Amino acid sequence: MDLIQTFLNPEILQQVWPMLLKGLWGSVLLALVVLPLAIGIGLLIASVVYQKHKFLNRILVAYVDFLRAFPPLVLLIFIFYALPMVGVELSPFVAAVLALVLNGSSYFAEIFRAGLEAVPKGQMEAARSTGLNSRQAMVNVIIPQGVRNVIPDLASNTLEVVKQTSIASVVAMDELLRAAQLGQSLTYSPTPLIAAAILYVLLLWPLVRLISRMHRVTIPT
Amino acid sequence: MEKITYYFFNFELIQPYLPQLWSGFLLTLAMAVSTVVTGIALGLVLAIIRAYQVKAINALIVVFIDVFRAIPQLVVIVVVYFALPAINITLSPVIATIAGLSLILAAFSEEIFWGGLGAIARGQWEAARSTGMSFSQALAYVILPQVLRNSIAPLTNRAIGITKGTALGSVIAVPELLNVASSVQSTIANPTPMMVSAVLFCLIFLPFVRLTRWLETRFNPVR
Repeated sequence: MDLIQTFLNPEILQQVWPMLLKGLWGSVLLALVVLPLAIGIGLLIASVVYQKHKFLNRILVAYVDFLRAFPPLVLLIFIFYALPMVGVELSPFVAAVLALVLNGSSYFAEIFRAGLEAVPKGQMEAARSTGLNSRQAMVNVIIPQGVRNVIPDLASNTLEVVKQTSIASVVAMDELLRAAQLGQSLTYSPTPLIAAAILYVLLLWPLVRLISRMHRVTIPT
Repeated sequence: MEKITYYFFNFELIQPYLPQLWSGFLLTLAMAVSTVVTGIALGLVLAIIRAYQVKAINALIVVFIDVFRAIPQLVVIVVVYFALPAINITLSPVIATIAGLSLILAAFSEEIFWGGLGAIARGQWEAARSTGMSFSQALAYVILPQVLRNSIAPLTNRAIGITKGTALGSVIAVPELLNVASSVQSTIANPTPMMVSAVLFCLIFLPFVRLTRWLETRFNPVR
């Protein structure tokens, strides 16, 4: 009972609830803007890499590897705090979108690349021999199969991107974690933080379950 | 051009702060290694326990991994650091970061090992058991070695993703690389330290990113 009084105090919860909801909306909005951009750019990069153009591939693989090696928070801090010193000033929301899209697109590109590579070579040849040009063959034949190959990985990276929106709190964008931290400093209680964690679980648990279901395991006893 | 050099590659200006950046780098490295070791070890232990399929215990394990897969890294770290003191568990910022990230890595690596267990052909179990091995012996001598081998590539990927989270420790004032870089940056009003930290972060993680590319071709399990 004491635990509930400390960690999930109903009165404090009532007090900070509107704040948390507003923050939650900020997180959702950020995710909704970032995801399509990151997925789109990732697919575009993977499709270009698929053409095996020597020079372009070098650049794109460097882009992908560099951004995968780079903590997204470092990227965000750089964009938000370093760029203004050379006159590029971005709002917290735009900075967060930029950092998350740069990071997310590199992961999505890598996933799509693996998916496209797993499509048998004969598919491209067959598509081209029916008279499709290479762009049509990509869009109508290769990409649909390639994407299907990696749906579980796409789902789990989507989950990662949604969770990563929480780093936007560091540049004071109004999202769920920041709302919870503000709530905590207003009420001197850990309740808002715990409530935010629970909200994340409630929001993302269906996706987590779905991903687990995609690789269901049976072990003979 | 001069302006870019002045702002982003001003090595004269950051000279006095290099030792500070270096110690931040070392702390990042130490936290990354501790997180990987504890996280993966805990994940493996959980996967082994889960293989025995005791219903109540498995339900607990699934709840644990689901929760830690659903909550963002930064939220876990902030909760461990700011909420646990309410029940008299006070951790230093460094320990709080390592603990939070390890729990997350444990959840993800359990899932990878568990997936690996399921991918082993049934015949392997049957052959092992038919030689007279017990379930535990079959698991230890026949199944797990294959699981570990198949898990290397996805595990490396995941471990990179989560150890990069050591940078999140800067939020609770862990004096790691990002934290040092951004505080030096605001002291000297010049973003060169961030450039240096960017290079150092790449120095840590880029080799592993390249490694995953190699591992994927080398150890890719036959599907």
